[in-house]
Amino acid sequence: MIVELGHFTLVLAFVLTLVQSTVPLWGALSRDDRLMAVAPPVSVMTFLLVLVAFLVLTVAYISSDFSVLNVIENSHSAKPLIYKISGVWGNHEGSMLLWVLILVFFAALVGLFGGNLPTDLRAVTLAVQGWVSAGFILFLLATSNPFTRVTNPPLEGADLNPILQDIGLAIHPPLLYIGYVGFSITFSFAIAALILGRLDAAWARWVRPWTLLAWCFLTLGIAMGSYWAYYELGWGGWWFWDPVENASFMPWLAGTALLHSAIVMEKREALKVWTVLLAIFTFSLSLLGTFLVRSGVLTSVHAFATDPARGVFILGLLCFFIGGSLSLFAWRASMLKQGGLFAPISREGGLVLNNLFLTAACAAVFVGTLYPLVLDAVAGEKISVGAPFFNLTFGPLMVPLLIAVPFGPVLSWKRGDLLAATQRLYAALALALAMVLFTFWLWGMEKILAPLGVGLAVWVMAGAVAEIVTRVKFLSVGPKRGFDRLVGLPRSAWGTAVAHFGLGVTVLGIVTASAFQEERIETMRPGDTVNLSGYEVTFDGAAPRRGPNYTEEVGHFTIRTGGVVISELDPSKRVYTARQMPTTEAGIYTTGFSQLYLSMGESRGDGAVDVRIYFKPLITLIWIGCVVMAFGGALSMADRRLRIGAPKPAARRKAAVAAAAE
Amino acid sequence: MIRRFLSFLLLGLCLQLAPALAVAPDEVLDDPALEARARALSAELRCMVCQNQSIDDSDAPLAKDLRVLVRERLVAGDSDAQVVDYLVSRYGEFVLLKPRFAWHTVVLWAAGPAALLAGLIGIVWALRKRRTAVVSAPEQPLSEDEKKRLSAIVRSE
Repeated sequence: MIVELGHFTLVLAFVLTLVQSTVPLWGALSRDDRLMAVAPPVSVMTFLLVLVAFLVLTVAYISSDFSVLNVIENSHSAKPLIYKISGVWGNHEGSMLLWVLILVFFAALVGLFGGNLPTDLRAVTLAVQGWVSAGFILFLLATSNPFTRVTNPPLEGADLNPILQDIGLAIHPPLLYIGYVGFSITFSFAIAALILGRLDAAWARWVRPWTLLAWCFLTLGIAMGSYWAYYELGWGGWWFWDPVENASFMPWLAGTALLHSAIVMEKREALKVWTVLLAIFTFSLSLLGTFLVRSGVLTSVHAFATDPARGVFILGLLCFFIGGSLSLFAWRASMLKQGGLFAPISREGGLVLNNLFLTAACAAVFVGTLYPLVLDAVAGEKISVGAPFFNLTFGPLMVPLLIAVPFGPVLSWKRGDLLAATQRLYAALALALAMVLFTFWLWGMEKILAPLGVGLAVWVMAGAVAEIVTRVKFLSVGPKRGFDRLVGLPRSAWGTAVAHFGLGVTVLGIVTASAFQEERIETMRPGDTVNLSGYEVTFDGAAPRRGPNYTEEVGHFTIRTGGVVISELDPSKRVYTARQMPTTEAGIYTTGFSQLYLSMGESRGDGAVDVRIYFKPLITLIWIGCVVMAFGGALSMADRRLRIGAPKPAARRKAAVAAAAE
Repeated sequence: MIRRFLSFLLLGLCLQLAPALAVAPDEVLDDPALEARARALSAELRCMVCQNQSIDDSDAPLAKDLRVLVRERLVAGDSDAQVVDYLVSRYGEFVLLKPRFAWHTVVLWAAGPAALLAGLIGIVWALRKRRTAVVSAPEQPLSEDEKKRLSAIVRSE
């Protein structure tokens, strides 16, 4: 019964999104305030209905209701509770329901907290969001209904794919989806601006916090996914240029560009057309990612053809929204007036350069991801495009961008002075060069590129610090006033510096972990010791163990330095009983920012096993840097000028004070 | 048809078999220079039954066969290019994770640089156009609605 309730609320939500997508738009075009006022409550109601549907499915999973097809296919009564819950979005139908939930959640947020927006802009934005929601709820109902029942319920379910039974999966998709789908609201704002024909600096200011919010979550989601792949897949890689990864990386690249171009639009009213186009592109790439991942077209073009209903439906949505929005753009963009002029060397110029390289990088990833599919479909030729290709094409595009990053914030608006900007960065430059020399001295000349990479990372990090230091003029005003100025800096300035610093941190982690990694592959008997990077790794033996829904072979290793025990690691090989599927659990010892990574392989008889041991210097910086970047984004979001409805509390407080005085 | 069936079977095997290590200790060559070359080559060759894994990373039996094959050819004295040519002649271009530059991959390789170039040209063109066009658009007066909101803001200060 409760399952039918979920199905029913989903259908109701669909009907409400139809109301949401038409009535407010009509109201905005006929300037009828009552019709426009329909949008916020409807958007909140839609969210509540989809939330009920989502909770219903969650309850079905928790109670192991094996009369629901989706639960049978993806759950098992012996599964730990947390994986029963995360199993809700560990499959196609459930993850699409989460997608839709976040979509309507963002609409509800605009409905609830968009009070400072012009009424018509809010109404049309919610209407556009309504179209997208209607499309995807219909997709769920028509092709991927998670509430389908079976007539003869089995006693036990088929279990969740064991690779997905991990705390990483519990967190990764929600984070990623909030990011992915969060860009829908930016898209809706852009379409609303095109429909209303009004696009000004205020628009950019309204849109920026939403973009930042989505971007922060997408950054965290991608980092989380990368760390999860790193420790779960068992060979210590952290980025594979897999099409599924690219599907989330492309919106990130475009979203990052959007974030920066929106600044130019807000401050200088320039780049309007481009910003709107980027907003459309970013969400289109999110949609494309959903299509790629959800249609099965990636596994094989043929898998797509054998079960076409879902793929064709999303492809239809994709064509409708991307084609529609681009047509609207082509039709209305010419009426957007351009704002302030600027010289090529200026803050604006720097941000344009940022957009140029990010967009080009995004294009390279886009073509690299889709080219094999297209070539196979058009010419029937099969080629592979993998990591070596992307490293070669994506890397060179990032280098000039990273060199330019510290310059951006120290250039002045309109017309900058490159020489003066460089002077403010002398210290950062000196530090970066010193690091290059130091790394050469440490590692010798055998690796030419790695020290330069380290220098580049330090340059970006030190540049971010230099920006703050020179901005508060510590040296000229003295430490006391300097500190006051430091506190008084707008949070968006801190946000920029922190996010750029985080970028440098990530780059440093990438360079050191890939260039200076050490690796040993050995067959080890109990008692054997392997030396690696100053660590003595001793294999003590392996023993079988039983988990709730798996059996495993656990190895026991002791890590020593200079004979002193510093850690014990228990990597294992698991077999999940329901699916008879094996996975590896790596043993990881973190020391400082570096990690020792152990992974067990085949058993060789008489207790011997194949072992792969890596030392990965500074590898955790890759993910720490991403967290720092997201934190920078959050700081920027907390900036005074962006705080939604900021002037109002002050007025209210005055009123309260006045009332108290009476 | 049979080939497709086989490839599905292999895909199944790739996912189902007990996890071996990607590179097993017994595969490693004694000569460290040759082994380093083998590893570098392996990272650029695709495990054809897996999804986007190089044979260096993959646990699949086919990947192991290919790793052994690469090492056999290297020991026999082949150059890196000869090993790659040999594998391509046997398995087709699908085995290369980095496609060769040829007519059918021009678009692929050129995409990044072309986007950069197009962007640069676009920016230069836009800057030129903006500079010659005199900004003389008259400021639009405030609408009634906006005037009302402005006075409301002024009053609340």
